[in-house]
Amino acid sequence: MIATLIFVLFATIRSATPLIFAGLGGLFSERSGVINIALEGLMLAGAFTAAVVTYQTGNPFVGLLAGTVAGGVLALVYAIACIYFQADQVVAGMAINFLMAGLPALLSGAIYDSSGSTPQIDKLDQLPNYFNNISFASILAFVLVPICWYVLYKTPFGLRLRATGENPGAADAAGVNVIRLRYVAVTISGILAAAGGAYLSIGQSSLFTRNMTAGRGYIALAALILAKWKPVPVLFACLFFGFTEALTIVLPNLIKLPSGDEVPIQFIQIIPYVLTIIVLAGFIGTSRAPKALGIPYSKEN
Amino acid sequence: MKILREIMWPLIAVIAAFVVGGIIILLIGDDPIHAYGLLLSNSFGSAKDFGWTLFYATPLIFTGLAVAVAFRCGLLNIGAEGQLYVAAFATAWVGIKFGGTVVNVFGKDENWSWMNLPWYVLVPLCCLTAVVVGGIWGGIPGILKAKFGSHEVINTIMLNFIGIALVSYFTQYHYKIPGDPILETANIGKEAYVPQLNQFLPFIPHDVPLNIAFILAIVMCVLVYVFLWKTKWGYELRAVGENPSAAEYGGISPKRQIITAMTISGGLAGMVAIGEVLGNRHNYYDSFSDQWGYWGIAVALLGRNHPLGVFIAAIFFGVLMRGEIFVDAFTPKVSKDLGQVLQAIIILFVACLQVYALRRRQNSAI
Repeated sequence: MIATLIFVLFATIRSATPLIFAGLGGLFSERSGVINIALEGLMLAGAFTAAVVTYQTGNPFVGLLAGTVAGGVLALVYAIACIYFQADQVVAGMAINFLMAGLPALLSGAIYDSSGSTPQIDKLDQLPNYFNNISFASILAFVLVPICWYVLYKTPFGLRLRATGENPGAADAAGVNVIRLRYVAVTISGILAAAGGAYLSIGQSSLFTRNMTAGRGYIALAALILAKWKPVPVLFACLFFGFTEALTIVLPNLIKLPSGDEVPIQFIQIIPYVLTIIVLAGFIGTSRAPKALGIPYSKEN
Repeated sequence: MKILREIMWPLIAVIAAFVVGGIIILLIGDDPIHAYGLLLSNSFGSAKDFGWTLFYATPLIFTGLAVAVAFRCGLLNIGAEGQLYVAAFATAWVGIKFGGTVVNVFGKDENWSWMNLPWYVLVPLCCLTAVVVGGIWGGIPGILKAKFGSHEVINTIMLNFIGIALVSYFTQYHYKIPGDPILETANIGKEAYVPQLNQFLPFIPHDVPLNIAFILAIVMCVLVYVFLWKTKWGYELRAVGENPSAAEYGGISPKRQIITAMTISGGLAGMVAIGEVLGNRHNYYDSFSDQWGYWGIAVALLGRNHPLGVFIAAIFFGVLMRGEIFVDAFTPKVSKDLGQVLQAIIILFVACLQVYALRRRQNSAI
C-alpha cells in the first residue's frame, strides 16, 4: 500500500513536470494579455529540437538549451502574428500547433529518413535523474515556481506585465511599452513551454515521436484557468492533472473488471481528458481572466 | 472588382505559404520546384487524377462546412475530427446491426445482425445516424459553453481524444472480427452501400472510389448557403457571431445559437461517414481519417467561411492531399508531411492577413 502511494507520488511529479513548465509559460503570456493556445506546438518544438540536439551532441543540457531556444523563436513568430498583425490569437495559436504536428516529421524524415521520430538517445545522455528517479527537469520545474512568483509580484517587470494584461491603455499612459512587454512575455512563455517538451523527449523518454505531447499543452491551459492565472496555484493544478495521468499508470494494476479482466486501456487513457472537461465546466465561473486577455492592443483604441 | 478582392487575400496567403514551404524544402536539401511540381501536377491531368482529387476533397467539403458554420456563430470547432470518428463508428454499427452482417469467426459463420433492412430504409437510417451522432458529439461542447462558459476549443480537443479512444474500445473489444490483425469492424451489410459515381458517370474510372457522397457534399454547400443567408435561423446564428450582446439585445439567445451552431457543425462533420463508411471502406477502420477534421479549419478559413469558398478551398486541399503521395514517393527527402506544414502556414497567414475579419467575440477565457 505504502509502496503504491509512493509510486503514485513520484509518477505524479513526473507527469506534472511538463505541465508545470507549460503552465508557467502560459502564465506569462496570458497575464500580459495574449492567449496562448500554442503551448502544445511550443512544447513539441522544444521536444523535437532537444531530442535532435541531444542525439547529435550527446549532451542533454545542450539539448535542453537548444529546445528552449527553438521554443522562444517559434513563440516570437506567434507573437508577431498576434501583436503586430493582430491575428485572432486562437486561430494563430492553432496554426502553430498544426505546424508543429507536421514540421518535426518533415525534418526528421529528411535528416534521419524516419517517419516522424528521431533516433533513440543513449540512456546515459538523457537528462540526469536524482533520488528515486526524479529528473533534473522536475527539480527545475519546482524551483521555477517561486522564481516566477517573485518575478510576477515583486519586480517592476512583473508589475508592468500584470498591468498590461488588465488595462493596457492605463499601463501605456503610465509609460509601459505595452507592445514590447507582450513580445517579451510571449517569448518567455515559449521558452518555458519548450523546456516542458524537452523533458518529454530527453528526460521521460529518449526520443521524439510524432505528437508526443498528446494534448498536454491544452491541459496546461486548463490548469492555468483552474489556478486562476496565479503561479503557486499553477503548481497545484498541474500536480492535480499530473495525478490524473499517474492514475492511468497505476489503475490497470489496482482495478480489475468484475470478470477479472483488465480494464480496457481506452477507459484509462481518457481519464485526464474527461477530468479536464469537468474541471473547466466546474471552475471557469469562479475564475477571472486578465481583463485584456485576447484583445490586441493598438494605441488608437 | 469585388470578386477580385474576395480571392486576392486568400491567394496571397497561399502563395506566401508556398514561398515559406519552398525555403523549408531548400533547407532540408531538396528541390522545391521538383517537389511542388509533383504536389500540383498530378491532380487534373486525366479523368483518373481528377476523380481522385475530388475523392480527397469530399471529406474536406464536409469538415470545411462544419468549421465554417461554427465560425459564423463565432465558435472555433477543432472537434470535427472526433465528431467524424464517432459518427463513422456509429454508422458502421447500424450498417452491421441492421444490414444482415454475417462474419466468419475461425471458420464458423456468426450472425452479428439483428435485422435485414432493405437498402431504401437502411441507407437513410445510416445517413441519419452519421448526422445525429456527429451532431451530438458536436453539441456537447456547445452545451458546455452555453451552460458553463468553458471554451469550446479546449473541450472539442478533449472530446477528440475521448471520442477516438471510445470508438477504438468498441471496435477492439466488440466489433472486430476475432483474428483480424487490423483494428477495424466487420463489414457493413451490402444493402447499406451507397453507389459509386462511376455507375452513373462512366467516364470516371471504376478504380476511383469517388461516390455519391461527393454529390451530397455539393448539395450541402447549397443547403448551408440557404440556411445561413436565406433563413431566419441562419440570420440569428450569424447575428450572434457578429456581435453577441447586440444579438441578445435584439431578442436572440446567444446560448441557444451556440448549441445550435455546434450541433449543426458536428452533424456536417459526421457526414464524412457517409462517403467513407457507406461509400468507400464499408466498415469502420481505426485511424481512417487523414486528419480531415483539422484540415477543415484551413478549408473554412481559406474559403472565408462561405460555402462556395469552402468548396473551392476543399478542391485545392484535395489537390495537396493527392499530391503529397507523389511528393513522398518521388523526392529523396521531402515526405508526405509537407502538406500538413503548408496547411499550417496557410492558416497562420490567413489569420495574419485577416482574410476573413476574424472578430470572434464569443471568446471566453482560455
